[in-house]
Amino acid sequence: MTATSPAELPKALTEAEESVTLDVRGLWKVFGPRADRVAGTPLAELSRAELRERTGCVAAVRDVSFAVRRGEVFVVMGLSGSGKSTLVRCLTRLVEPTAGEVLLDGVDIRKAGDKQLRELRRHRFAMVFQHFGLLPHRRVLDNIAYGLEIQGQKKDSRYARAGEMLDLVGLTGYGESYPDQLSGGMQQRVGLARALAVDPEVLFFDEPFSALDPLIRRDMQNEVIRLHHEVGKTMIFITHDLSEALKLGDRILVMRDGEIVQIGTPDEVVGAPADDYVREFVRDVSRSQVLTLRWIMRPPGDGDALDGPELGPDVVIKDAVRTVLHADRPVRVVADGELLGVVSSAEILEVIAD
Amino acid sequence: MTAAVAARRPVWSRPYLLVGILAAWIALWIAFRGQATLPLDGAELTPLHARIGEAADVVDNNRDSNPIFLYFFNYVRLFIDEFVTFVQALISRPSFGRPVPVVGWLGVVGLAAAVALLYGNLRVALLTVAGFVSFGLLGLWEESMDTLALTLAAVLLSLAAGIPLGIWAGLNDRFDRLVTPVLDFMQTMPTFVYLAPLTLVFLIGPASATVATMIYAIPPAIRITSHAIRQVPKETVEAGASLGSTPWQLLAKVRLPLAKRTIVVGVNQTIMAALSMVTIAALIDAPGLGKTVLKALETLDVGTSFNAGLAIVIMAIVLDRVTSAAGRRVEDARRAGRAHRPLRRRIQVGAVLAVAAVLVYLSHVYVWAAEFPGEADVGSFVRKGADAASQWAQTNLFATTNGLKNLITYGLLNPFEAVLTDSPWWLVLAVVTATALVVAGVRVAAVCAVCVALLVALGLWQDSMVTLAATLVATVLVMALGIVIGVWIGRDDRADRVIRPVLDAGQTMPAFVYLVPILGLFGATRFTAIIAAVVYAAPVAIKLVADGIRGVSTAAVEAATAAGSSTWQIISRVQVPMARGAVTLAAGQGLCYVLAMVVVGGLVGAGALGYDVVSGFSQLQLRGKGLAAGLAIVVLGTMLAAITKALQRRGVRKSPVTGV
Ligand SMILES: Nc1ncnc2c1ncn2[C@@H]1O[C@H](COP(=O)(O)OP(=O)(O)OP(=O)(O)O)[C@@H](O)[C@H]1O
Ligand SMILES: [Mg+2]
Repeated sequence: MTATSPAELPKALTEAEESVTLDVRGLWKVFGPRADRVAGTPLAELSRAELRERTGCVAAVRDVSFAVRRGEVFVVMGLSGSGKSTLVRCLTRLVEPTAGEVLLDGVDIRKAGDKQLRELRRHRFAMVFQHFGLLPHRRVLDNIAYGLEIQGQKKDSRYARAGEMLDLVGLTGYGESYPDQLSGGMQQRVGLARALAVDPEVLFFDEPFSALDPLIRRDMQNEVIRLHHEVGKTMIFITHDLSEALKLGDRILVMRDGEIVQIGTPDEVVGAPADDYVREFVRDVSRSQVLTLRWIMRPPGDGDALDGPELGPDVVIKDAVRTVLHADRPVRVVADGELLGVVSSAEILEVIAD
Repeated sequence: MTAAVAARRPVWSRPYLLVGILAAWIALWIAFRGQATLPLDGAELTPLHARIGEAADVVDNNRDSNPIFLYFFNYVRLFIDEFVTFVQALISRPSFGRPVPVVGWLGVVGLAAAVALLYGNLRVALLTVAGFVSFGLLGLWEESMDTLALTLAAVLLSLAAGIPLGIWAGLNDRFDRLVTPVLDFMQTMPTFVYLAPLTLVFLIGPASATVATMIYAIPPAIRITSHAIRQVPKETVEAGASLGSTPWQLLAKVRLPLAKRTIVVGVNQTIMAALSMVTIAALIDAPGLGKTVLKALETLDVGTSFNAGLAIVIMAIVLDRVTSAAGRRVEDARRAGRAHRPLRRRIQVGAVLAVAAVLVYLSHVYVWAAEFPGEADVGSFVRKGADAASQWAQTNLFATTNGLKNLITYGLLNPFEAVLTDSPWWLVLAVVTATALVVAGVRVAAVCAVCVALLVALGLWQDSMVTLAATLVATVLVMALGIVIGVWIGRDDRADRVIRPVLDAGQTMPAFVYLVPILGLFGATRFTAIIAAVVYAAPVAIKLVADGIRGVSTAAVEAATAAGSSTWQIISRVQVPMARGAVTLAAGQGLCYVLAMVVVGGLVGAGALGYDVVSGFSQLQLRGKGLAAGLAIVVLGTMLAAITKALQRRGVRKSPVTGV
């Protein structure tokens, strides 16, 4: 998301250490018979297909490590079967991980007992599902209040909170309806409201919009951006849709066959794909919409006139096109008064051409 | 598609082997005909039968001293007896020193209508009133209430055990794997065979009848509940868990509400199964309509058995409609947003219950409301009408019915029976084992060999072969009907809409009542039992085949049509081969149903194992033989089930398919 103001970014980076909310280290999930014999043994070196051949086990998540900062939107992306859903379920232990650590504010949730785990889920996590997972026999309001109800909250207070959430997601007036009377997009708003109602620290989304029409999907993506601005939750967002990932993600984790292929900001993923798999993924992206001037500037040459217009390095190429093409000399890329490089029509046209 | 199927078959393909086996059989049959056929006279006993009889006597004599009986079975018996007697005291039997039950006919009608109205709708409530009043009009009020009381008691106990077990099986894979084969066995075993052993344990009386009914009625409750729990969308459960629900909250707030509608279907099936079995339990002296039918069948009194059979049918329709309506209501209530109008609903419920209470009170206090008035005797008209119709049919339709009877008897039944009963037992053993080896593999062949050997050991070889012949003939007929009609309604929506309700209705009828009209048409012969079995089993087979045909992907059919196939080619080359899984399933299920009914046919002249079982009930000295006959039926059923299961697993083409 290039909209996150470039000014904030460096500050967040300096505070990175203490602002980590969720720290995942060496996480494994192996499905199949005697799954625990895989991680940490020579078997772990095998590819997914080989492992399956030898042992009948499927390594859905293989040795995954990453850290998510507070307030960040962290996107996990990969093709179908790459292990995204399994990964996100391991983080809340809806699927029990086979090996590794999941630290929430420094505490390993894998060590939590049943009761502690329930407390974590009641107050600190919430999840939004691909097919909504609503309760068809309950009104919308009761669906939203479900999390509060099972915590034992009184009717008045939980309905009051559910009503607020209903307004927050733009469903005012639909509290008495039943889920199947709503459209898909509206149902997912209910799912969102249900997750937000318990005021969690971390929100997990498992492909929440892939069951929706493209137009509604765009609406909902904007809704998530809006909510993120309003409530500022940490979000872990699964998708197989690259444009969605680029639109929402502060950082993107690309998975293949259960493994991490690359972690980076959207422009890193597009500008410097880690391998052919990622390159294939980002091939159709319009690079000018994602990359910033930083990615195409060149060192000033001898013949360059250095009195052209000035732009920052984090300006998206698309937004710079007009300036660059209209100027009769190269545009200077400047940060904190320092000249980083120059961009001329040639570079711009090259990006736009592919 | 068809090319792929053909390619998978080896060159020396199985049909040739099967034809070879058949040829060898016929040749050896001609050579050894009539030797080693192990005949046994009706009243004759083998030493084994005598020993089983003695063992039964030992059980009888030690019932009050053996600790297992003293501390377990006898308590179970007492508990169930008391429970059933209590329900009977409420609606069917004079009780508590009164000459009439606690609730008389008016009260029962009122209560039943109230239940139908509150859980169903006005239409089924009216149907209920009409149905219950007709019991009285047919002159069968008390018998009907006995049947209802037994059914209710068995259903309550079945659900009390079945729903929790079903929930457990739905939540726990290991338990599910454990109970599934047990339920399979309970369902494939012909109901007939566990009556006698039960009476040995629980004596003749309500307890045996109730336990027999429960054995038959619990499997659907467990299976469907388990299925209902499993079909709750995984994500919805995860959503509940992800918010921190306890396992109990997940069950009560997520799983059960989402499974409710399907569980009600299970309740419906349990009730229908219970009603069906309660009527058959008449064989071990269970009171009610079944007993009236049974007595009349024994004296070939078509009129009386028809009258009582009619009452059973009416009860089946009423119970089915009410529970189906209740199932739909679970859904509708939600859609209508019931939460909006709690007050109106409460007033409605209150009013209905008040009216019912008044009727109950009246029927408790006044004789006119307690005993159904006897003047309007529709029953005797029905009896006379049925008798006359049967007479008329037997004289005037004689040419048709007799033609059909002879065609099937001489064309199919006699040859089958002759080959099976006149072959030496070792020849049958060899043929069955070889056939099983070819179509199903080594393990099944071993099972079959053991089964045939057991039949020999049980000393009822000839009777077993007669029963087997009847079963095979009826199954061939069922599959012929199943494929012809199944393909037809599988392809034709209009036919489906007309025929399917008939099949559904046929399936909800208790097995017993099929015998009556067929007896009326054909008299008491082997053939009657076969036709009854075909009528009983055909709906299942037809529906399975039709669903299989419908399940064939439209893409495959369209591709074949686009390639210029004729209708006949589409059916024979694409639809039937692709639905062969469903066809083998239909054959397997058909066999099960047929076997169950063929042995019941022992009551109406089919003889053989069914007759042995029945005479075991009625004559003490034949008890051992009856028990052995029951075992032989189980062995036969196991053998046939093993073969059909293996066929389903292998997806081998069944011969009836190619014979369409
Ligand atoms: N319960 C399970 N038992 C066995 N294997 C599983 C199970 N759940 C997932 N898998 C396997 O793990 C792998 C990863 O599955 P996962 O559902 O996490 O993929 P995904 O990236 O979410 O795919 P999709 O985009 O289709 O949702 C797949 O190969 C899948 O077959
Ligand atoms: Mg997924």
